[in-house]
Amino acid sequence: MKSVIFRTVAPFLTSLMTLFSIFVLLRGHNEPGGGFIGGLIAVSALAIYGIAHGVETVRRAIYFHPLAIAGAGLFAATVAGLISLFAHVPFMTGLWVYPSIFGVEIPLSTVMLFDTGVYLVVVGSISSVALSLEERGGE
Amino acid sequence: MAVPTSSPVDLSAALVLGPTTFADWLVILPVAWCFAIGALLVMLRRPIGLHSIIAVAGLAGLVLIDALLLGHVATKGPVTMVMGRWLPPFGIAFTADLTGSLFALVAAIVALAGGIFSLADINDSGRRYGFYPFLMLLMAGVSGAFLTGDVFNLYVWFEVLLISSFGLLVLGSEPEQIDGTVKYGFLNLVATTLFLVATGYLYAVFGTLNMADIARKAEGLRGGAPLTTLTALYVLAFGMKAAAFPVNFWLPASYHTPRVVVSALFAGLLTKVGIYALIRVLVMLFPVEREELSFVMALAGALTMIVGVLGALAQTDFRRILGYLVVSGIGSMLAGIAVGGPGGIGGAIFYALHSMLVMTGLYFAAGIAARLGGDSSIATVSGLYRKNVAFAALTLMLCFAVSGLPPFSGFWPKVMLVKAALDIGAWWLAAALLLAGFCTVIATGRMFLLAYWRDDAAAADETVQLPSAVLAPLAALSLLPLGVGLYPEPLLATIQSAAAGLAEPSAYLNSVFPAGGLQ
Repeated sequence: MKSVIFRTVAPFLTSLMTLFSIFVLLRGHNEPGGGFIGGLIAVSALAIYGIAHGVETVRRAIYFHPLAIAGAGLFAATVAGLISLFAHVPFMTGLWVYPSIFGVEIPLSTVMLFDTGVYLVVVGSISSVALSLEERGGE
Repeated sequence: MAVPTSSPVDLSAALVLGPTTFADWLVILPVAWCFAIGALLVMLRRPIGLHSIIAVAGLAGLVLIDALLLGHVATKGPVTMVMGRWLPPFGIAFTADLTGSLFALVAAIVALAGGIFSLADINDSGRRYGFYPFLMLLMAGVSGAFLTGDVFNLYVWFEVLLISSFGLLVLGSEPEQIDGTVKYGFLNLVATTLFLVATGYLYAVFGTLNMADIARKAEGLRGGAPLTTLTALYVLAFGMKAAAFPVNFWLPASYHTPRVVVSALFAGLLTKVGIYALIRVLVMLFPVEREELSFVMALAGALTMIVGVLGALAQTDFRRILGYLVVSGIGSMLAGIAVGGPGGIGGAIFYALHSMLVMTGLYFAAGIAARLGGDSSIATVSGLYRKNVAFAALTLMLCFAVSGLPPFSGFWPKVMLVKAALDIGAWWLAAALLLAGFCTVIATGRMFLLAYWRDDAAAADETVQLPSAVLAPLAALSLLPLGVGLYPEPLLATIQSAAAGLAEPSAYLNSVFPAGGLQ
């Protein structure tokens, strides 16, 4: 797209939306949000960047192939379930650790890993669709 | 639970507190394993050569896991694991009983054979478009469907395998493949929607989706709730999935278009998932309603058998013939479910397992025949016997097996089904079974006569070598039915106790709700 205003604003908008998507992902455990909606926000960010600067730029920016990202997400979600094997509890049982980093207690869990997996699956698969649609519609 | 709680809470009211052993994990491992391998393959996009190695090793691992599971279930009885530790019926239960683990094991064997066959059948572009990841995800769906103990979860696994099968069907993107995929996709989506409607209805009636919970609550609800309507909806939905008459037309319209290994796997696995679901829902959950629908289903089964085999007689394309034979086999299984009792249900299970192996083998043979003969029509292909005798012998064995001739695996389930049908006085059903078997002999005999025995005047008299990646799975899938046919006792005993476990599911219920459980 040729509009100077849009091209100038797009990078800021994209970084802001990506940041917000991660916020929504992490917030999702106890409040509205989560991996799915967070992933969709991240994809919209990539789509805006793609409209402003071309699909090639986006592909370079995310470095990995979108479907590889989706595969990584699915793998993370599976691993999140399999970790419970070592704790002698059933598949997909939520396990928590509370490491203290710089004096701040940070709750980490397999649930979060699973949700991150969902996030990545959504980012990968939907951006794969969005980018190829933009590619065909653009030129 | 974001903050560690200091005050003790009684968790035993909501959670499974006993430690989970590795043996319990065998229930979920087939699914988790397939997902992990599939996801790994999706991530590895560049080293495309690794795909086939990882996938075949993964499928071999799946066979091992399913064999261990079957061994465990055979000695210890049904095993249950509830996801996330929540007590059933609130947590989603995975329950493996003999029926489920038998189906899962045979499906894994078929998939492994398919994985090996694909080494010679799937080219680089097929690999790049994700044949192996789709195959692993398909197996995740199939294993999940066989092992789950929750009706809605069963629906989810149907979706998983359906989406993977769409991907496998369009691999290659030729116009006729897309045509076949649209027919397949549309009808399967209708069936899935019906399944979902029925499940919503079921939930409205029972307030639970856990199969064990439904089985024990059905008795109390039988007077007041429209359970027969519910069961009829399930019969229609699963019948469509299994390609039973009169909703069978999608199968012959789509199974001859994709790659050989894809149609072989579909013929072996997908319709049998429908049959499995039908057995699970009708025999274990709604036995009384099955009795009421018995005549309709027997009629549908008989018509499916006859229509299927007549279709096979009318076709000339290898894979179209086989597509109709798949449909005909579904009719026999449906007849077994309709007749019921240990003979009927055992016969249906046995027939389904036999059909998984044999139909996949036959599709492999059809693919090889089309490659050797240069065409896929039995009107033009000829002289295959001279080209490769070993291949012709293996095909002949499979033809005998699918027709139900001794000493192959197709013989025993046919005997069980005919006897069960005669025992309840349904002579016409027994006659249909025998007639269908007879016509199958003619259909496969015609194929063998024209394509294999007829002399090919034009071709030179030389044998053609086949790569072992092609011949080995075919040999495995034709020798296995021979072995089962010659020595059926162990499998027969297992199937009989599987059928008994479905008819009298107290062991299944106990594994989900130990010692009475909730309520």
